[in-house]
Amino acid sequence: MSSGRAAWGLLLLLGALSLLLLGLGLRVGSGWWQQPVPDFVLFEVRVPRLLAAWLSGALLGLAGAIAQGLFRNPLADPYLLGSAAGASLGLALALVWLGAGMVGSGLGAALGSTGAAWLGALGAVWLTLTLARGAQHTLRLLLAGVVVGVVLGAMVSLLGYWRPDILVVMQGFMLGSTAFAAWPAVQLMAVVLALSVALAWGYAKVLDALAAGEETAQSLGLPLPGARVVLVWTLAAATASSVAHTGLIAFVGLAAPHMVRALVGVTYRWRLPLSAMMGGALLLAADLVARVLLAPQQLPVGVLTAVLGGGYLLWLMSRRRGLWGGP
Amino acid sequence: MGWAMRHPAALQAKGLRVRLGEREVVRNLTLTLHPGQVAALVGPNGAGKSTLLKALAGLVPSQGELWWQGEPAHKVGRRARAQRVAWLGQGQTLTEDFLVWDLVALGRLPHQGLWQGTRATDAHAIAHALEVTETWTLRQAKVSELSAGQRQRVLLARALATGAPVLLLDEPLTNLDPAAQTQWLRWSRRLARNGVAVLAVLHEVAAALHADRVLLMRQGELVADEAADQRTLHRAVEALFDNQIDVVPNGQGWAVGPKPAPNNG
Repeated sequence: MSSGRAAWGLLLLLGALSLLLLGLGLRVGSGWWQQPVPDFVLFEVRVPRLLAAWLSGALLGLAGAIAQGLFRNPLADPYLLGSAAGASLGLALALVWLGAGMVGSGLGAALGSTGAAWLGALGAVWLTLTLARGAQHTLRLLLAGVVVGVVLGAMVSLLGYWRPDILVVMQGFMLGSTAFAAWPAVQLMAVVLALSVALAWGYAKVLDALAAGEETAQSLGLPLPGARVVLVWTLAAATASSVAHTGLIAFVGLAAPHMVRALVGVTYRWRLPLSAMMGGALLLAADLVARVLLAPQQLPVGVLTAVLGGGYLLWLMSRRRGLWGGP
Repeated sequence: MGWAMRHPAALQAKGLRVRLGEREVVRNLTLTLHPGQVAALVGPNGAGKSTLLKALAGLVPSQGELWWQGEPAHKVGRRARAQRVAWLGQGQTLTEDFLVWDLVALGRLPHQGLWQGTRATDAHAIAHALEVTETWTLRQAKVSELSAGQRQRVLLARALATGAPVLLLDEPLTNLDPAAQTQWLRWSRRLARNGVAVLAVLHEVAAALHADRVLLMRQGELVADEAADQRTLHRAVEALFDNQIDVVPNGQGWAVGPKPAPNNG
């Protein structure tokens, strides 16, 4: 089928683009096109940071594609089950517990705050699932996700109100940054990405069928209840891993699957890996721009993705009136 | 019906009941669908037609007895059920803009494992479904590029690609112009000739009278089940819609129109 050829083309293009951006990223520091840097800086700072940016974006792109398929909604994003607010609360609690000064100062503390964000994100999804009484009712799940997001968000604000000293770190987290990601983060995200892609790919046909309606999917004899549970937790784990290591990156999870959808009309077997590749390339590019735009100052990459992603969606909206696939 | 009688029933329900919450939507309903027969299900809004169709497809829990090709429904697993009965819901919206081929290919899911790709038998069935519904030339088009009539045909092809011997269709003629409705009847006949049993919920009474058999439903019960050319059926149709319509002979078939106003009215 010709859709397959277009998909292969996009896959190769995104792969080449990612490699190009990685190569470029090695040469770009806090200033534009630096002289050769010491190996230590290259391998302990720059390489892990670049890889972390790609992996985090890929996790978000994959999670976004899963969310949009599972909830039958092209506006769904990876954070809608409450994982963003949960991760923020986890981090805020860790900061209050450890003291704001601890973060970033030692490996133990850094791992502690990352772990707290990870647990917070997964805890929030668990809370959402509990409130929604399982993963079987889409609307209940979405409403529960909104409630959990609002309530946990309010708790984060309250903690910041009581302990203003954590606000600077919290602000950095909420704007998203790849600056603190080191090798352990890269390894963890790589493992989670590989597992998530494999699990989601196994249920790609369920996502395809869901596009034709829940009852249609049921009438086709698909194992819907089990698939939903696996997909929700895959989505949760992918999102949590991204958020815990690079903070709240806006719009990549929403825009990456959209761009893939706009470029090639393909089923989820292609949509999932392509959305991951697209997310990786997007965040890598945004991270590069964020580093050089105001050099030597660094722009939080989440700000940039929000502006670029928002602009892209607006452009898409003005270009096609039947944006959401309607006839 | 001699041919049909020599084969096991494609679908059989006895004393079927469906509850939705407190309300009993299908009440003690008994019917048999035969291979090679096109049956139309007609009834006023809220009669329970869509729920009955879902129950017959095994999509909502029901009480009573249900057989698919002679096999009790409770003994048939999820995937085997999807191979025995195909169901097409009304007013289906798609949230993804698939290619026509990929959409029709969904119909092959009951025959594939989750990790399996499209095999030659699948491709053959998809191609056949596209040919029967005259949508083969559209196979590389995106679904959003289709007209309402083409879309309906593609959705029918999706149901057809399952290769199931029973097709349950909920208002397949919605959004179709009269020409497309006539064509649709031609396709359903073509399917029936291949031994498929078709049961379609139809709001268009005139179209329903072109089926082999018409089932009338009111408040969860079947009130008539007869061949489409029986005058007793026509009287029952008129009664079903509070005698607001009139079924009259018209050339080879039947015409349906509003009942003439009485002279003193």
